[in-house]
Amino acid sequence: MIRCEGVTHVYQRGSPFEATALEDVSLEIGAGDVIGIIGATGSGKSTLVQHLNGLLRPTAGRVYLDDVDINAREVDRRRVRQQVGLLFQYPEHQLFEETVTADVGFGPRNLGLAPDEVRERTARALAQVGLDPAVFGPRSPFSLSNGEMRRVAIAGLLAMEPRMLILDEPTAGLDPASRREILDHIMRLRNARGLTIVLVSHSMDAVARLCRRVVVLDRGRVVAQGPTRDVFADPARLAALGLGVPQVAECARLLRERGVPVRPDVLTVEEARRAILDVLAGVAGRRPAPKKVP
Amino acid sequence: MNFLRGLMLGQYVPAESPVHRLDPRTKLLGTMWLVGVVFGTRSLAGLAVLTAFLAGVLAAGRIGPAYALRGLRPVFWLVGIAVVFQVVFGDSGGHVLFRRGPLVVTRENLAAGVFYGYRLILLVAATTVMTFTTSSVELTDGLERLLRPFRRVGVPAHELALMMTIALRFIPTLFEETETIMKAQMARGAEFTRGSLAARARALIPLLVPLFVGAFRRADALALAMEARGYRGGEHRTRMKELRVAIRDYVAAGALLLVAAVVLVPPSLWRAVVGR
Amino acid sequence: MSDLAPALIRVRGLFHTYEPGAGEPVPALRGVDLDVRRGECVALIGGNGSGKSTLAKHLNALLLPTAGEVIVDGLDTRDRDAVWAVRQRVGMIFEHPDDQLIAAVVEEDVAFGCENLGLPPAEIRSRVDEALRIVGLEALRRRPPHLLSGGQKQRVAIAGVLAMRPRCLVLDEATSMLDPAGQREVMETVLRLRRDEGLALVLITHSMEEAALADRVVVLAGGTVALSGTPAEVFARDDALRDLRLEAPPIVALARGLAAAGVALPAGLLTAPQLADAVAAAYRRGRGEA
Repeated sequence: MIRCEGVTHVYQRGSPFEATALEDVSLEIGAGDVIGIIGATGSGKSTLVQHLNGLLRPTAGRVYLDDVDINAREVDRRRVRQQVGLLFQYPEHQLFEETVTADVGFGPRNLGLAPDEVRERTARALAQVGLDPAVFGPRSPFSLSNGEMRRVAIAGLLAMEPRMLILDEPTAGLDPASRREILDHIMRLRNARGLTIVLVSHSMDAVARLCRRVVVLDRGRVVAQGPTRDVFADPARLAALGLGVPQVAECARLLRERGVPVRPDVLTVEEARRAILDVLAGVAGRRPAPKKVP
Repeated sequence: MNFLRGLMLGQYVPAESPVHRLDPRTKLLGTMWLVGVVFGTRSLAGLAVLTAFLAGVLAAGRIGPAYALRGLRPVFWLVGIAVVFQVVFGDSGGHVLFRRGPLVVTRENLAAGVFYGYRLILLVAATTVMTFTTSSVELTDGLERLLRPFRRVGVPAHELALMMTIALRFIPTLFEETETIMKAQMARGAEFTRGSLAARARALIPLLVPLFVGAFRRADALALAMEARGYRGGEHRTRMKELRVAIRDYVAAGALLLVAAVVLVPPSLWRAVVGR
Repeated sequence: MSDLAPALIRVRGLFHTYEPGAGEPVPALRGVDLDVRRGECVALIGGNGSGKSTLAKHLNALLLPTAGEVIVDGLDTRDRDAVWAVRQRVGMIFEHPDDQLIAAVVEEDVAFGCENLGLPPAEIRSRVDEALRIVGLEALRRRPPHLLSGGQKQRVAIAGVLAMRPRCLVLDEATSMLDPAGQREVMETVLRLRRDEGLALVLITHSMEEAALADRVVVLAGGTVALSGTPAEVFARDDALRDLRLEAPPIVALARGLAAAGVALPAGLLTAPQLADAVAAAYRRGRGEA
């Protein structure tokens, strides 16, 4: 669906403050993909995602949406942005309207839709993030909790009915329950509507749980990309890049160090549990007595 | 689409140089002095001397000439307009170079336009040289020390300096924030550069509301952080850095006096003094 | 440190109600008791809006109790003359690195707190140098803060507090905006300070992994203490945690899953190395090596 070819981005070219934020980045995101972008602060993640919806123009290289160069003269960038929704970090800071309904309707109004259509989309988008339009719609966005404001901001993008959603740290600063709620809503949307998801996150556990593929950036370059399992199976490399691995993957690594031959590529608690039980069953010559997990 | 980066005029260029090491008070007073001298100049020779002097300071401050000129670029527009005004609306009479309908260009007006325009550039250049070589911290420190004697007559030297420090500290942050909010709204289909004037003004609401809300949030957070670190106004407060005047400051003062003497003292007087 | 030694911070029956200009008063804390002993590390966790930050702001007199009391090192925070001494003793690091750095140069910012204490310039200079050395930022002393990484900014803030020679550091979600390396950087720094300088730490966090590193975990909900105990005790209460909008760290969940499947593991495993050691021991037992 989206393809970057040799994308390079240089900020403040020709000044003493010149900085290369991206260098020769090539990647492909297929329709329906769930892809994670990880990298230390300053590795170019935010710069990269802003190229995907045409907010930034590459200094060199091209970005294609459905094989059309989005920076070509005749392409309407607004249409690109409608199709590729980008949620910035701390998106609650962009809310501005008097009511939640009006704020979520901002995008659809900019698309020039009829008031009925705007209303319909707004209600649908709010419902999709688990906020009852009748209850939350008339309230001021500034009266909501952090987690609710975050969800309103996501609804603001969903109301534009994009085909792809890029989320930059969607759960930063939220408590574990709010984090889980937001990620659950996103995955439900993906499954129900075939939305393509790009998740930029420092939370390796979230990336491991949700993403099928991971792109690793370091100082503006793609240093690894592939299936999530393969990328996280190399913890030493990720640590050197200032990143971590999911805690259970770290545990599997430590077990192998201690001579226990568990699979190194576990991503979730459940996978790790099975992997460890398999190994222990192997040495005991039998499976441990099965007990019901409550 | 780096909306605001181009606006950072006369940004401090960190370097190790004798100009950088000067006491900020010397640089502040020196700049004011130079501005006065530029205003007092009546001759092209004076402008030439001042240009040479500023070029020398730039070189001593390790600022590349190309970078310095780029810093002046926005001023050139202003100067261009000033020159055109002077030429078109200047005094009538004099040697006519060009005439078309009501438009008359005389040699005198052209010369005056170029002279005043160039003087304007020198004025900006003098202050830019200071901001290139003086960090905002030094600048505020210098200002606070210079204003301190006026505290007794009610000048809030410490508060002014603190306000300036915080403003300078947060300008880059606010620029970044403006850019982010603009982009976030553009991601929701907003347009800031199209449509009628009224449409554009309306388009600013989604930018300004979050920006103000954010500025208040930051101000709150900052006030809290300052209080948490024991801030209670200028009283009881000491400073880590005491400014000290060094030999190089006297040298700089001497150089400034010399430039003023060369530029402002009429040649006849010079001859009288030197040729005694 | 014996339990009988007087606590560094003692919170008793603390109530706090916000009185907004318009609308209903909002009760944020409703009868909180809390002790922080010298050199102790206490994690304060709870869902958004549970009152964690409000409690934190009472620990150095940024907020004053509506009812109840907060005693820091023998000083009552309601005593107007003691406020500055309280703030010198308890330093705070906030969530947003950008909103707590005041000066445009690192070392100037580190000096800010000491300047407020009215120390002589030479003393400030030596304290700033020492604090920058302790957090490992001497090389960046002349940099403008906005060019630093998030982890570095937080270390600058820590250095600024450290230079005031506090007894306790309160970290109010100080790692939530950082990348994994930045989080590690900050946590390693404060844990080292606790070990080497005997600083007490209060960690307010949404990260259960960080909370697992504390001596004691206190869970706030609805402005009261809902649970408290060692991390092992608190994280064993899975159902209670879920009701409080929290969850156990993945390692605790994994250990529980393994134990439920019949693997003999000791109780109270919190970190990946602990669990790996225990599973490796079970593995060796299975091979008949033990």
